[in-house]
Amino acid sequence: MKQSQSKRLAEQTEKHKISDETMEYVGILAKLELSAQEQKEASEDMERMLAYIDKLNELDTSGIEPMSHIFSVNNVFREDIVKEQDGGEDTLANAPEQRNRAFVVPKTVDQ
Amino acid sequence: MKLLSLTAVALGTKIRNGEVTAKEAVLASLEAIEAKEEQIHSFVTVDREGALKRAGEVQKKIEAGTLTGPLAGVPVAVKDNLCTQGMLTTCGSKMLYNFIPTYTAEAVQNLERAGAIILGKTNMDEFAMGSTTETSAYGATRNPWNTEYVPGGSSGGSCAAVAAEEAPYALGSDTGGSIRQPSAFCGVTGIKPTYGTVSRYGLVAYASSLDQIGPIAKDVTDCAVILEAITSHDQKDSTSIQRTDVDFSTALVDDVKGMKIGIPRDYLGEGLDAEVRQAVLAAAKKLEEKGALVEEFDLSLTEYAIPAYYVIAAAEASSNLERFDGVKYGYRTKAYEGLHNMYKKSRSEGFGAEVKRRIMLGSFVLSSGYYDAYYLKALRTRAMIRQAFDKAFAEYDVILGPAAPTTAPRLGDSLSDPLKMYLGDIYTVSVNLAGLPGVSLPCGLDQKGLPIGLQMIGDCFQEKKIIRAAYAYEQTRTYQRSPLAEQ
Amino acid sequence: MSKEYETVIGLEVHVELATKTKIFCSCSTAFGSMPNTHTCPVCTGMPGSLPVLNKKVVEYALAVGLAAGCKINQCSKFDRKNYFYPDNPQNYQISQLYLPICYEGGIEIETESGKKTIGIHEIHMEEDAGKLIHDDGEEVSFVDYNRSGVPLIEIVSEPDMRSAEEVIAYLEKLRMIIQYLGASDCKMQEGSMRADVNLSVREKGAEAFGTRTEMKNIGSFKAVARAIEAETARQIDLIEAGKQVIQETRRWNDEQGYSYAMRSKEDAQDYRYFPEPDLVPVVISDAYIQRLRDSQPELRDEKLARYISEFELPEYDAKILTSSKKLADLFEAAAKLCGRAKKVSNWLMGETMRLLRERGMDPEDLAFSPENLARLIALTEAGTINGTVAKEVFEQIFDKNIDPKQYVEAHGLKTVHDEDALRSVIARVIEDNPKSVEDYRGGKEKAMGFLVGQTMKAMKGKANPGLVNQILKEML
Repeated sequence: MKQSQSKRLAEQTEKHKISDETMEYVGILAKLELSAQEQKEASEDMERMLAYIDKLNELDTSGIEPMSHIFSVNNVFREDIVKEQDGGEDTLANAPEQRNRAFVVPKTVDQ
Repeated sequence: MKLLSLTAVALGTKIRNGEVTAKEAVLASLEAIEAKEEQIHSFVTVDREGALKRAGEVQKKIEAGTLTGPLAGVPVAVKDNLCTQGMLTTCGSKMLYNFIPTYTAEAVQNLERAGAIILGKTNMDEFAMGSTTETSAYGATRNPWNTEYVPGGSSGGSCAAVAAEEAPYALGSDTGGSIRQPSAFCGVTGIKPTYGTVSRYGLVAYASSLDQIGPIAKDVTDCAVILEAITSHDQKDSTSIQRTDVDFSTALVDDVKGMKIGIPRDYLGEGLDAEVRQAVLAAAKKLEEKGALVEEFDLSLTEYAIPAYYVIAAAEASSNLERFDGVKYGYRTKAYEGLHNMYKKSRSEGFGAEVKRRIMLGSFVLSSGYYDAYYLKALRTRAMIRQAFDKAFAEYDVILGPAAPTTAPRLGDSLSDPLKMYLGDIYTVSVNLAGLPGVSLPCGLDQKGLPIGLQMIGDCFQEKKIIRAAYAYEQTRTYQRSPLAEQ
Repeated sequence: MSKEYETVIGLEVHVELATKTKIFCSCSTAFGSMPNTHTCPVCTGMPGSLPVLNKKVVEYALAVGLAAGCKINQCSKFDRKNYFYPDNPQNYQISQLYLPICYEGGIEIETESGKKTIGIHEIHMEEDAGKLIHDDGEEVSFVDYNRSGVPLIEIVSEPDMRSAEEVIAYLEKLRMIIQYLGASDCKMQEGSMRADVNLSVREKGAEAFGTRTEMKNIGSFKAVARAIEAETARQIDLIEAGKQVIQETRRWNDEQGYSYAMRSKEDAQDYRYFPEPDLVPVVISDAYIQRLRDSQPELRDEKLARYISEFELPEYDAKILTSSKKLADLFEAAAKLCGRAKKVSNWLMGETMRLLRERGMDPEDLAFSPENLARLIALTEAGTINGTVAKEVFEQIFDKNIDPKQYVEAHGLKTVHDEDALRSVIARVIEDNPKSVEDYRGGKEKAMGFLVGQTMKAMKGKANPGLVNQILKEML
């Protein structure tokens, strides 16, 4: 990296300061719980990455259709016909906890 | 261990001719694995019993004349993100430390139909997120050329197994270079086909719109033959494409006369190691000598590929990896209070640092208020990159360049600086963003004795062109075996 | 309360489609199996599994959209809605946000205050979640993925409704359209039709909307009405007390008659929608839309008119018979089988409605076959059984769908036409009731009725009442 580039990156990184609240919020969305140290590292990483990603703003993308699919393949369908099923036994065997043919989770009912 | 110095096709011929049995081929592989694993650790799981049992069955079918294909009886190593029924599939993660799929990936099934015998599952960066195979929860794989160096990644286990001659060939997956870059670092050949060519059913998704499965082997011939075997139009994968031009081995012709080959100047600039540059340009020269028209051109947008790639890949990954929650399979934390605590602890303990980093980034760029600025922006950039390639392919049959800016780094050097690691993907990620086919093959060694990889990129559905160019180049040199292969 | 308030209501109605298989895999949508039997790697969220769209789901969604006057998005895509919950095996739901299949429609409702069109904002396709089973004695919950991936359409209305009455009229109209199309049975009790109610209040005449709340998954029309009343009152109370209505999701507890906020720190409600990369766009041609339009089944208004002209039914009867697709189908099938439309109508309008009320059932719950109703009518027409017996037999048909012919045979319910046998019974009745005989002879006509009754009783209802009358008169 050229010096000017790394300087720009440093500035951008500063611009992308990620607050602890944001990290906690993203943690809730992603269901990840980071230790204080991990969180610090993760937010620094993210700041650097976002600063780097900001490079995209140099590009004028107006009028460009976002490309969510590479090829113009459409209408891939299945007929509505029942086919042989898994049965579930082997699938359930992978579960960390299972009983009565069902996956077991901590109680989810509202209090 | 002579058998394993053969290419997969050569070994297959010997098996069909009755000079070697499938069981002998499997035993040779198992012996090699036993001898070398301690040094390179390319496998997570070795299925000794299963492979031997299957060798017997396959041998009978070969003798009965019901299995006649070029790969019948030849053992294969499968990357550990491809589901194999009844066989542990970990994705290099603690999260799936005990996951036994109830189904086999379509690509692997296609190989089995062709008479392949699965030796086991190869090591990889956790959930294919990494370029070194160091992020695996089961320990790093080492480079067979020098065990102080990484094999590349994420299909590092597959590439190392082939380079070390533990397995005649292997399957890998490529999301941003995960077949081509480790192939380059290990001195073997790997193809990432056009998106939609090989079914993704049973491939544990990293970034669904970028992932493709492909072959890794000693030479272009093997790769073409394997690709032919794994290609299929699969009703179970909506993005699988019905193709008619899949007789890839017909492109194994030593003739590039009149072929137009473009070298993007953007691929030869800053950041490219001088030795790699030299080797790549020398390779281009060879093709020119054979009658190809080679010239440099401006591809443009290269520097935007990595940021666009990391936004798209992280966003898709953050969603694809939500299913790992400690409910249906895999790791669940020991102690927890309530549902959400169980989710958080299981995921935080089950995933490694790099995976968590990308999930956090992906969740952030998709979150309310950032979607347009990051995700849509990246998708628009992706469309522009595709247009740049379209423009290039209106001019050239094949785009040629390096597979990676350097040869393999030392173990431990990359992880300390993730951004630097990401920058190593500069020549490979745009191929995934545009859905194109790409091949990486060896084109020399650097002064440290590490392999240098040459990449050739084709337009969509033009695998045959890159196979022909790669084959023609390959005829100008001899395959160099890794020190560990010769052991 | 000095100010006058207006309630503003929009609905999100989820309807389970009547396909044989799930939306993204070939598993059966059948009810009533052991947990996790109608499952496969796709609908249990196994790593590496991929969705493939069921064609029938698109057809049904389009049919409903066309019947509800919607425009069709000729390029429609799926998106992922990301949130963690164990009934959702991938922890994202495949739905449609950016390009739903249908949009901008409307359906007309009629209430006491007249006709009104309720706007349809959009209709989109999505997958249903699995089932969480809670047991009081257990510290844990159980997850069953049999329902995971059952196809749904979500019909999102504009905030055009102003009262519970309008909401019920809208739901009933919607249900009727969908049932007529055969796209769903729309049974609210069984969850194949569910409504989320978005509600806000504002001062009458105000232009801006108030802050709205969302009440999720309300299970019956009556509960919807009660929830609306209660939530309106709650919001008005808050405003009157100078407090703020908070935008939130609330759960309606119908037994206790109150709602409560489903607030949780872990519930960020930030779904991070993005285009589903595992599915390709659905592109619908003009020709396809035309074909669908041409093949739309007869809807209610056309059927109503036809019943009046073709079967000469009174408008009132025709209205009731067409108020439910199930009832209309039963009617037409039975009428065709026995050729006596009026008789079929009478059975459906009379006894069937009475029993439905008595059993607390909906017409959709009717389980008897048109064949058995037609057989019953044939039996009465032939005089094989009399009216009283027929009602008794019909109840059996209603409850257990028995074959009336076999039932009548097995229980000896045939009307006795044997005069000799009847005469001997009547002789005994005359002998046992001298008082009534005397009354009759003394000119009291009423006594006749009593004697007929006694005879029928002795015959266990199986006699032909006309014949009994005739013989009695003769013998007296």
